[in-house]
Amino acid sequence: MIELVNICKYYQTGPVTIKALDGVGMNIKNGEMVAIIGPSGSGKSTLMNMLGCLDVPTDGQYFLDSKEVSKLDEDDLADIRNKKLGFVFQSFNLLARLTALENVELPLIYQGMGAVERRERAAKALELVGLSDRLEHTPTELSGGQQQRVAIARALAGDPPVILADEPTGNLDSRSGLEIMEILKGLHRDGKTVILITHDLQIAGQAGRVIRMHDGRIVHDGEVA
Amino acid sequence: MNLIQVIKLAVAGIRANKMRSILTMLGVIIGVAAVIVLVSLAQGATKSVTGSIQGLGSNLVTISMRNTPITLTYNEVMEWKNRPGIRGIAPVISGNVTVKYGNKKYDTGLEGTNSEYEQVRNTHVQEGRFIMPIDLSFRQKVVLLGTEVSRQLFAQGSPIGETIKINGINFKVVGLLVEKGAAAFGSNDDKVVIPLTTAERVMNSKGVRSVYIQAATPGDVDTVVAQLDNYLYRKTKNTDVYRVSNQVEMLSTVNQVTGMLTLMLGGIAGISLFVGGIGIMNIMLVTVTERTREIGIRKAIGAKRRDILRQFLIEAVVVSGIGGIIGILVGALVSRIIGSLMAVEISMSLKVVGMAFGFAVLVGIVFGMYPANKAAKLNPIEALRFE
Repeated sequence: MIELVNICKYYQTGPVTIKALDGVGMNIKNGEMVAIIGPSGSGKSTLMNMLGCLDVPTDGQYFLDSKEVSKLDEDDLADIRNKKLGFVFQSFNLLARLTALENVELPLIYQGMGAVERRERAAKALELVGLSDRLEHTPTELSGGQQQRVAIARALAGDPPVILADEPTGNLDSRSGLEIMEILKGLHRDGKTVILITHDLQIAGQAGRVIRMHDGRIVHDGEVA
Repeated sequence: MNLIQVIKLAVAGIRANKMRSILTMLGVIIGVAAVIVLVSLAQGATKSVTGSIQGLGSNLVTISMRNTPITLTYNEVMEWKNRPGIRGIAPVISGNVTVKYGNKKYDTGLEGTNSEYEQVRNTHVQEGRFIMPIDLSFRQKVVLLGTEVSRQLFAQGSPIGETIKINGINFKVVGLLVEKGAAAFGSNDDKVVIPLTTAERVMNSKGVRSVYIQAATPGDVDTVVAQLDNYLYRKTKNTDVYRVSNQVEMLSTVNQVTGMLTLMLGGIAGISLFVGGIGIMNIMLVTVTERTREIGIRKAIGAKRRDILRQFLIEAVVVSGIGGIIGILVGALVSRIIGSLMAVEISMSLKVVGMAFGFAVLVGIVFGMYPANKAAKLNPIEALRFE
């Protein structure tokens, strides 16, 4: 359960104050699939960083499972990112020197999980995205679609309730994009909360709910429009 | 994140950048090797000087008189035997003589002394016998040869039983001294030893100007020195004409000097280790910048500040630690080579090796701290945006 109350994020550039977020309020229930759309500069990335606990708001409150996270310090935020959130990025962001399996193990390492259990969980996550035969491959040996699937497996490994995907299909061809969307929809069906940023209206249409941003404000929130 | 994993990761990072890592380590390798070589050399020198001083005899007290007509008599000196704490007394008359065997002539030092010299000066015969009390009573013309003198006159042959001339007087060789090797002050092997009473004749001098005394225990040395100092002052009324010195004092002076030498050489070598540390810091800063995105990813998926700090700190310590180990091996090898090439004693102690290694690791920690802290403090959003 995510609840934002009047979230503001201001940046000071010289004498000019940029209002990246200007009073955003919303609720996202557990198990929802939400697409956030909007032109570039509309504040959707800032909102994503806020939801992902990578950034703290200038003003306003953010409750995650009724716990106010906007007041937490850096280490507690790291803990929440580790246990409650899974990130999927546009550019995959895998570590090039590690194998697929080791990449998926990373969040579990920071949870302090033992080596055997970690390996098991990571392998299972990779199986879920259909990459059981690519465990020992490094990212450069995988196609874009496969890399993104490894990234999803990494986001899933720690079994977080919320998956945050920032333009997950942006760097992929349309077929791989479709595959990734199928996986994300599958996660939604399994009960995860999936929040994705996109500017592709067709992809946004696959989510049950669309939030449109403009100039740091929500201008539309509801069924696919 | 457990330690073994981080170390594995660090080693993988080092292998990914082989040339750069080797160059970075080189600073530490040279530093550690220099510390080990220089300190081993200094300690070797200390050991050999200390050894040659101790070779003079244990618990030794030396009396020497100079710039005065006053001398000591043999009997006067030997009466000190009744004083507490004195085990042996060896008065010595010394001078320079020419020894001759057949047509071979050789200039050397002569010492006239008694039978106690053997124990007091820790000088033994390897062949034949030492001077005996009876030789003094009858002014026997017998002589002990140092190995150098024997080599000059008899080459490899045994001198025992032969007759040589000392300043033109015939002497029978009764003993060959044990080789002592080069000493700090001239050779101990380039001399001949005869009975003291005979020496008075040969040197044409009455009275003793130097005496070697052996204290019973190291604890007795100070009281013996004080007693003799007191005796000689009463006799001469002038502190400038005699000198009572003891081995312990000499050793402590030598140790002071060589200790300083060790410290200085170690310090100079330490500077190169310090420079190596700066190299590590430099490369770590580059690494942190290069891997900004990785740091961002790690933070996004839940790494805390201390996880990142530890990762980079351990990487720095692994570099300096491996450099340290290689440095120890290089240092040991170079010390051995120098030792055999220059025929000097090398003393490589475990303490020095441990200290050099510990210092190398410390350099890694100290110089790795700033880059690691910089990495840990990176803002994850900005780090993720870094290209």
